[in-house]
Amino acid sequence: MEIIKLQQIKKYYDMGGAEEVHALRGVDVNIGQNEYVAIMGPSGSGKSTLMNIIGCLDTPTTGLYEFNKVNVSDMNDDQLAKIRNKEIGFVFQTFNLLARSNALHNVELPLIYAGINKSERRKLAMQALEQVGLADRVMHKPNELSGGQRQRVAIARALVTSPSIILADEPTGNLDTKTGDEIMVLFEEIHKKGNTIILVTHEEYIAEHAKRIIRLRDGLVEIDEHVKRRKIMNGE
Amino acid sequence: MNFLFEIKEGLRIAFYAIRANKMRSVLTTLGIVIGIVSVTMMATAIEGVDRKFQESASAFGANVLYVQKFPWVGHEDWSIYRNRRDIPLKVAEDIEQHATMVEAVAANVITVRPTQFEERNMKNAFITGTTDQYIYASGTNVSDGRFLSQEESNGGRPVCVIGANVVENLFPNQDPIGKFVKVGSLPYQIIGVLEKQGGLFGIFTSDNRVYIPLKSFMNQFGSKRDVTINIAAKKGADIEDVKEELRGIIRKSRGLKPSDADDFNLNEQELLVTTFSGFTAVIAAVGFFITGLSLFVGGIGIMNIMFVSVTERTKEIGIRKAIGAKRRTILIQFLIESSIICLLGGLLGLIISYPLSLLADKILPTAMPLSIVGIAIIISLVVGVVSGFLPAYRASRLNPVDALRYE
Ligand SMILES: Nc1ncnc2c1ncn2[C@@H]1O[C@H](COP(=O)(O)OP(=O)(O)O)[C@@H](O)[C@H]1O
Ligand SMILES: [Mg+2]
Repeated sequence: MEIIKLQQIKKYYDMGGAEEVHALRGVDVNIGQNEYVAIMGPSGSGKSTLMNIIGCLDTPTTGLYEFNKVNVSDMNDDQLAKIRNKEIGFVFQTFNLLARSNALHNVELPLIYAGINKSERRKLAMQALEQVGLADRVMHKPNELSGGQRQRVAIARALVTSPSIILADEPTGNLDTKTGDEIMVLFEEIHKKGNTIILVTHEEYIAEHAKRIIRLRDGLVEIDEHVKRRKIMNGE
Repeated sequence: MNFLFEIKEGLRIAFYAIRANKMRSVLTTLGIVIGIVSVTMMATAIEGVDRKFQESASAFGANVLYVQKFPWVGHEDWSIYRNRRDIPLKVAEDIEQHATMVEAVAANVITVRPTQFEERNMKNAFITGTTDQYIYASGTNVSDGRFLSQEESNGGRPVCVIGANVVENLFPNQDPIGKFVKVGSLPYQIIGVLEKQGGLFGIFTSDNRVYIPLKSFMNQFGSKRDVTINIAAKKGADIEDVKEELRGIIRKSRGLKPSDADDFNLNEQELLVTTFSGFTAVIAAVGFFITGLSLFVGGIGIMNIMFVSVTERTKEIGIRKAIGAKRRTILIQFLIESSIICLLGGLLGLIISYPLSLLADKILPTAMPLSIVGIAIIISLVVGVVSGFLPAYRASRLNPVDALRYE
């Protein structure tokens, strides 16, 4: 079943005057349930822009975007916020945790915005933190955690609402290779549990964890291919 | 449910933010603190003046009318009153004879004479000649001994009743009852002492007075005098009816033609109270305008710091939006923050005001009105919401992608 359907998505940035940046110039992509997709491309090719549109953080200038068969191209801010809250889990390159809150509260936050009561919230947040292997760090604030641990908190936060898709924009970009690999193991596990994952990266060896690679160039899909020799990692 | 969680989260964020920027929050809220302190002190002062006034006005006695040449609160050229004929004793007699709705009528005359006891001398005692009825037609009360009796009054006996300040001046450490004071050149035996009245109208109160029988007064100081007539209305009588009847009697007694205007006034406590209320209302209006200005300045300070706060936390706003915070959520968050800062300022203001009000109490008996606590809290919340609105609105409208990218 298709979760994401993008048709002729264009995104222009008005730079004032006659200048216009064409970040996306007509992208067609369909992504189905439980897919594991990597989006690749050189810097400035429009990866993040596409990711933001898929994640309902931004809206396309023109084009059709159906999320779970619902047209989101012309939804208002609050409707988009609801989709981000319930259907999408974000993982960012720079973690983007709340610095003043501990791991538990960071993971609970999406549930607060979803209006879930305290005891249920605690339970779900603890489960998510356990799943990423941080059950013993729940009271730590981001600055008391390593980069890898921070990214795990961010992944727990993305998972906690049981979203339809997980979007990760260069999730290993700020981590060393070993820690990055650990994070990729985690994504593999999440994928096995039935989640849909979309991963932005510019590193070939990271992209090879996915089953499908979409290559962008100058705001257009250049290649959309299946990964032949998929790299599958496990804990060891 | 959702809304409640958002408010709780907003409170949590606000407390974190304020704790993280303690110094800044304190400085920011100073304007509100000062505003609330001045509102509170203003209200406390007005309360004090009001109390003082109520107490003072009661010295004139409720339901007591004063027939006099001069009004207490005049609206016309003062010479009009000065040129009026004196009010003779006969008017009091006519009232006594014809008035149906009065309880007591007491004519009284006043003069200033030195009053002595042994070596002690009071130069400016107000010597008042009156009748035994005076005690029923004034705001005075006997604290020790008794007032003039009918016999003493009718017989013009050499007895007197003295006010509290007279006691203080002439009898600093002995019981005055039974002693003789020299009023002018004649001795009078003290039979009673009056309760202290205090108040704003010092010379009009009984405190500086020596009451002697009217007859004695006239024998000693002469009988051709302008009198004041104190009249106590019957309980339950409509004061306007009483006044109307008295006007008729007095006009007749003074031989006024129907076309003549009254050449006397019927004064009463009520008149002072009304005038005074208008006066305090003006003070209050001016005072609250000034305090309003300081709160306004405080509010601008809050708005400024909230804009800073929003800018500083652009990234945080982006994160919150990315994981599902709606515009409303962000709006509420910042409104709560500014309200809490103001509320803390308000509470701090109240805490500072309380000892100040105790200090004020030493100068002018007063108390911080309880209602001011509620008013201060409401004012601070309103300032918080109003001055926080623009920054909060701007935060709520931030585009999540731009906010996330902000460094
Ligand atoms: N907010 C923006 N304003 C103007 N130009 C932008 C904005 N965001 C992205 N761009 C431009 O759009 C293009 C694609 O950017 P992006 O999607 O971030 O690329 P990538 O993530 O692939 O490196 C770039 O040329 C970038 O400069
Ligand atoms: Mg990018």
